[in-house]
Amino acid sequence: MKQEYIITIFSEDNIGLLSRITIIFTRRKINIDSLTVSESSISGIFKFIIVINDTADRVEKVVGQLEKIVDVIKVYANTNNEMVFQEIALYKVSTKFLFESDKVETIIRNSGARILEITRDYVVIEKTGHTEETQRLFEELNSSYGVTQFIRSGRVAITKSSIEKLSEFLKERDSMLEQID
Amino acid sequence: MATQRVSGSEAVILSLLEEGVDTIFGYPGGAIMPIYDALYDFDQKVTHYLTRHEQGAIHAAEGYAKVTGKAGVCFATSGPGATNLITGLADAMIDSIPLVCITGQVASPLLGTDAFQESDVVGITMPVTKWNYQVTKAEEIPEAIAKAFHIANTGRPGPVLLDIAKDAQFSQFDFEYKKCTKIRSYLPEYPVDPFQVKAAADIINAAKKPLLLFGHGVVIAHAEEELKEFVEKTGIPAAWTLLGLSALPSDHPLNVGMLGMHGNYGPNIKTNEADVIIAVGMRFDDRVTGKVAAYARQAKIVHLEIDSAEVNKIIKADAPVLGNAKKSLRMLIDNVNPNSHQEWLNEFKECDKIEYEKVISHDVFPKKAGLTMGEVVRIASEKTNHDAVLVTDVGQQQMIASRYFKFTQSRSNVTSGGLGTMGYALPAAMGAKIGQPDRVVFAMAGDGGFQMTIQELGTIAQYNLDIKIIVLNNNFLGMVRQWQQLFFEKRYSFTEMKNPDFVGIAKAYGLASQKVTSRDQLENAVQEMLDHKGPYVLEVVVEKEDNVFPMVPTGASISDIILEP
Repeated sequence: MKQEYIITIFSEDNIGLLSRITIIFTRRKINIDSLTVSESSISGIFKFIIVINDTADRVEKVVGQLEKIVDVIKVYANTNNEMVFQEIALYKVSTKFLFESDKVETIIRNSGARILEITRDYVVIEKTGHTEETQRLFEELNSSYGVTQFIRSGRVAITKSSIEKLSEFLKERDSMLEQID
Repeated sequence: MATQRVSGSEAVILSLLEEGVDTIFGYPGGAIMPIYDALYDFDQKVTHYLTRHEQGAIHAAEGYAKVTGKAGVCFATSGPGATNLITGLADAMIDSIPLVCITGQVASPLLGTDAFQESDVVGITMPVTKWNYQVTKAEEIPEAIAKAFHIANTGRPGPVLLDIAKDAQFSQFDFEYKKCTKIRSYLPEYPVDPFQVKAAADIINAAKKPLLLFGHGVVIAHAEEELKEFVEKTGIPAAWTLLGLSALPSDHPLNVGMLGMHGNYGPNIKTNEADVIIAVGMRFDDRVTGKVAAYARQAKIVHLEIDSAEVNKIIKADAPVLGNAKKSLRMLIDNVNPNSHQEWLNEFKECDKIEYEKVISHDVFPKKAGLTMGEVVRIASEKTNHDAVLVTDVGQQQMIASRYFKFTQSRSNVTSGGLGTMGYALPAAMGAKIGQPDRVVFAMAGDGGFQMTIQELGTIAQYNLDIKIIVLNNNFLGMVRQWQQLFFEKRYSFTEMKNPDFVGIAKAYGLASQKVTSRDQLENAVQEMLDHKGPYVLEVVVEKEDNVFPMVPTGASISDIILEP
């Protein structure tokens, strides 16, 4: 059965690595729904968060192939309920609707969004949440007022465990590297 | 270690020397000229072989790596030089062959400008290398080369590529070399887990009809002795994959032959009767498994494997043992009980009898008029006391040679397994001969594959590489024609070939050669070839429409292997 998986990749900081990672998905014709890359809490180690929709079996195999990349340190695959995750979306609507009634303000207030910038012509609204939530606000604004620009970020996600699993993993890896000659 | 002031190009050569390299295959061109210039001063320490095409260079490096166990080294220039390496890289990637390829690149300020002979080599080679890296500063060279050898040689080996910009080849820096032994993000192999070994041993000790399948991993890990000790202690029949060929002597009483689509009858059908399958250093390729849903469903699977991504990839393992085959087999030997499985082994012998009657006897001792590939292979093997190195191309002759050539020592079989690269045999045999100069090296190819890299006859002539080349000529792309006959109603769509005078071509290159068309000439011709000092091209005109059997048709279960059309 297909479902959404969040793949977390810890890697060295090397040029070209993103390409090496994405071709593993491309080769198996797996679409990447969202991708976020940033330095992790450990300096010099980067973290990729990749969201795909596939079966457990295929995800397991992709993880195996990702871990074979020399510059990749460790890969985890989790289902949504194992992670705390969030996305951010920006919406641009024309400023005039703000003055016509208080309905836009109500929508913003009810959806927990906020206004980032107001100019004479447009308002930029920001909302964080899961895809369905940012999408709901988009539809609400768009149907009544027309959203002139919209962008949603890739997903960021952290595990529900109390520590960064990678630190433990690195210790374990060190002892394994010592054990082989 | 004291540093010395050198150019990037000298640093390349000095680094290779530090890694013990004495043989390079390559082809020069604009962007790698500084490195070739540096090489000019080291001709006492390194022998460079100029091939006739970069594909020839990389297959030669593969052949060299296979027979020596050392990484093959290959040079090419930027652009087309580098793109000509792709087939060889893909071949080495899928067959786990250690290669270090060095390509020249346009000067770093020109990167991305569509400069003359610029191509995105790092981008293009990413899916077909274990690791690759672009060097744009001379200072990076020693570390990059050290890393390249460490990655190519350790764990599951594979090809790596360094793309060195021309300005980095020119600039001067203080050279110092340090070997790479550890990379934080790269675990070459898992230390063998005693609990996994114990779980595997328990399954093996309880087995009534166990069958061991061994592949390239045994050769790569130098685990031939451990394999032999393991099967002898447990009495378990052992079958080899195409790339496992020669890891156990052909005549070992427990060697039950070859797996796969054109493998032997016994190991194929018995895979589906065994109660335990012990897979060592093999990856359940589709040519071995046939229809996966009907493969060894009744058996418990023990899988000894260095690459964790191969475990459960095709066949679920009941007891995986991760790690290097030499180490895991050693630990397993200490945990298994001495045993014998004579009755079970006899069942294989019964299968052998059936296969001999229906297939083998007709192949190797034919009574019909036309020559068979099988008898040529048998005679070549016999006349070298089954101790030669066999390099095969891809297709019918590859399968026939793999079935009938006999081996007494390991690293004697060089073939393109996973990728099935036609044109492989001739250049790979050059590397094999250079790596094993004291052994007889056969290059066996069909008329199709031979012509894909026929230009390497020039390299063979230039360096007088004593290779015994056998061209099995049926004027057809035989394997494709066989499939057309069996599965496409004999519609021979573009498989017939009008061939040149191969003897004439060999002679034009200055090579000794003869053509055999009838059985009474064959033995003498093979003997003459072996007695001749230096390279020799023997063309044998074989039956036009012979087929390779047994055969597991695509998509069929291995139990449904057919012995005759």
